[in-house]
Amino acid sequence: MSPMAIELIYRGTLAFVVVNAVMGYGGLLSWLERKQSALMQNRIGANRASILGIRAIGLIHMLSDGIKMLTKEDWRPPGADRLLHTIAPLLSIGFAVLVFAAIPFGDRIPIQGMSGEWLNLRVCDIDLGLLAVFAILGMGVYGVVLAGLSSNNNFGLIGALRAGAQMISYEIALGISIMGIVLIFGTLDLQGITRAQGGTILGFLPNWGIFLQPVGFLIFMTAIFAESKRVPFDLPECESEIIGYSVEYSGMKFGLFLFADFVESLIGAVLCSILFFGGWQIPWVTPPADPTWGWALLSTLAFGIKVLFFTWLFMTIRWTFPRFRYDQLMDLCWKIMLPIALANLVITAIIVALIRAHGGA
Amino acid sequence: MPARTVTVTRRPLTLIERLYVGELLRGILITSKIFWVNLWRHSLHRVGLGKGKPAMATILYPEVKRPLPDRYRTRHRLMKLEDGTERCVACMMCETVCPAYCIEIVAEERTDGYTEKRPRSFVIDLGKCIYCGNCVEVCPCDAIRMDTKILEVSAESRDSMVYRKEDLLNWEELPDGSVVDLSHRASLRKPDTEEAAAK
Ligand code: SF4
Ligand code: SF4
Repeated sequence: MSPMAIELIYRGTLAFVVVNAVMGYGGLLSWLERKQSALMQNRIGANRASILGIRAIGLIHMLSDGIKMLTKEDWRPPGADRLLHTIAPLLSIGFAVLVFAAIPFGDRIPIQGMSGEWLNLRVCDIDLGLLAVFAILGMGVYGVVLAGLSSNNNFGLIGALRAGAQMISYEIALGISIMGIVLIFGTLDLQGITRAQGGTILGFLPNWGIFLQPVGFLIFMTAIFAESKRVPFDLPECESEIIGYSVEYSGMKFGLFLFADFVESLIGAVLCSILFFGGWQIPWVTPPADPTWGWALLSTLAFGIKVLFFTWLFMTIRWTFPRFRYDQLMDLCWKIMLPIALANLVITAIIVALIRAHGGA
Repeated sequence: MPARTVTVTRRPLTLIERLYVGELLRGILITSKIFWVNLWRHSLHRVGLGKGKPAMATILYPEVKRPLPDRYRTRHRLMKLEDGTERCVACMMCETVCPAYCIEIVAEERTDGYTEKRPRSFVIDLGKCIYCGNCVEVCPCDAIRMDTKILEVSAESRDSMVYRKEDLLNWEELPDGSVVDLSHRASLRKPDTEEAAAK
């Protein structure tokens, strides 16, 4: 086989695994959301769905949810734009899943007969991985805005407008908050950023973004939370008041929006762990120069644990804080986060320049 | 009495509190503490330990029922005389006072010597009843009570929400004072022979 074909097979397998892992994890998040919120509020959470009396701590509800959504009536309001109304949820979920093409979830593995000798554990080797991620993430707003716009419903429209304003505003803070990381590590390649976070600072702290850019991390986490439109920032949705952009959706189309939200919060968890918590790096362990399959698995595991922690943290945040008012939301973005992010960027740039000028790393 | 004005002085937020991050962190710590404690207790319960400390406030309803207070108003019953016949004297007080107009009584003469009147039919439409308890309060001879502790009054049709005299009389008191419903609404499906005869 030609090297090209071998690479294609491996990448295809990776893509298959990643898509399924993301979808499965997204589904699992619906279970986690129910159970975690229940535990946090002294409740028990959904536990009634069962197969032959086996309840599997509520996991069966994932299945029953799917069946419910697939068998519900798929309704389109009169006057709604047929094409846009149909593709809006697909855009939402599609872009959300597409982001994972550029996410490195492990170290590289040795592959015989490929054009390159190493296969990085990610679907697509993009040098500008970070840019690609944010570009695709930014496209996600289309799904939401089109959904609200095409529904022929004023509440949907209000939701879409809020979503548009919120996501575009927070994208700015989001973009600037990670510039510090990009300056320090000098690359936009997510695999490169992860690799650069090996080793230690001052001999005992892992060389992670969080220790180099604590302020950047806080702003990034807030902004990515706003991007995923979950509770403290769920103004586009506001289920209790306007229901928002998904008001005219039912059945699996609505399910896709819900799912896109879950996948987006997963993206948040993944980006937090890659940019600020060393991705697949295991703290205080130097990755071997010629990694084996075992090491690749180990690094993937480390990555998984970090992502799991962040999903837990995000769920906790989602079930702890009340929602912002819309003016507070905009104030937070433009008057607080953006200036801090800019100041953080300038200070980081000066320090990096000084260190480079004095022959540092 | 002159109006009293209470001035509440609010403590201004300190700088740390206004920075918000610390307070957010405090909130997360509180909720995640509850989460981990409950998770720990749930896991203990799984292996049969620490049952004394509940991990949740939920009452798993159909299997577990909350003990009802004694004065809780539940489904009606008609009280009985020693021989099992109704105590009601068909005075129509309950029918008159009922704000939902859901009691319907047809009176007739009573010839067995207890009283002068008795209800020939006594119907409560529980689909209309608002469980206000007025009928119980107003009854001059304690003939109707709402102490059966039966809450699950549900039916598949409006007609079967209509309880007749036979259903309301069809109960038995256990030695511990609790009331069991013997009718279980089985007789509801039968045609009302007395009513039918009257027509
Ligand atoms: S409880 Fe109130 S509404 Fe119900 S039958 Fe008695 S008086 Fe009427
Ligand atoms: S108030 Fe009492 S005695 Fe009078 S009709 Fe009603 S249940 Fe019978």
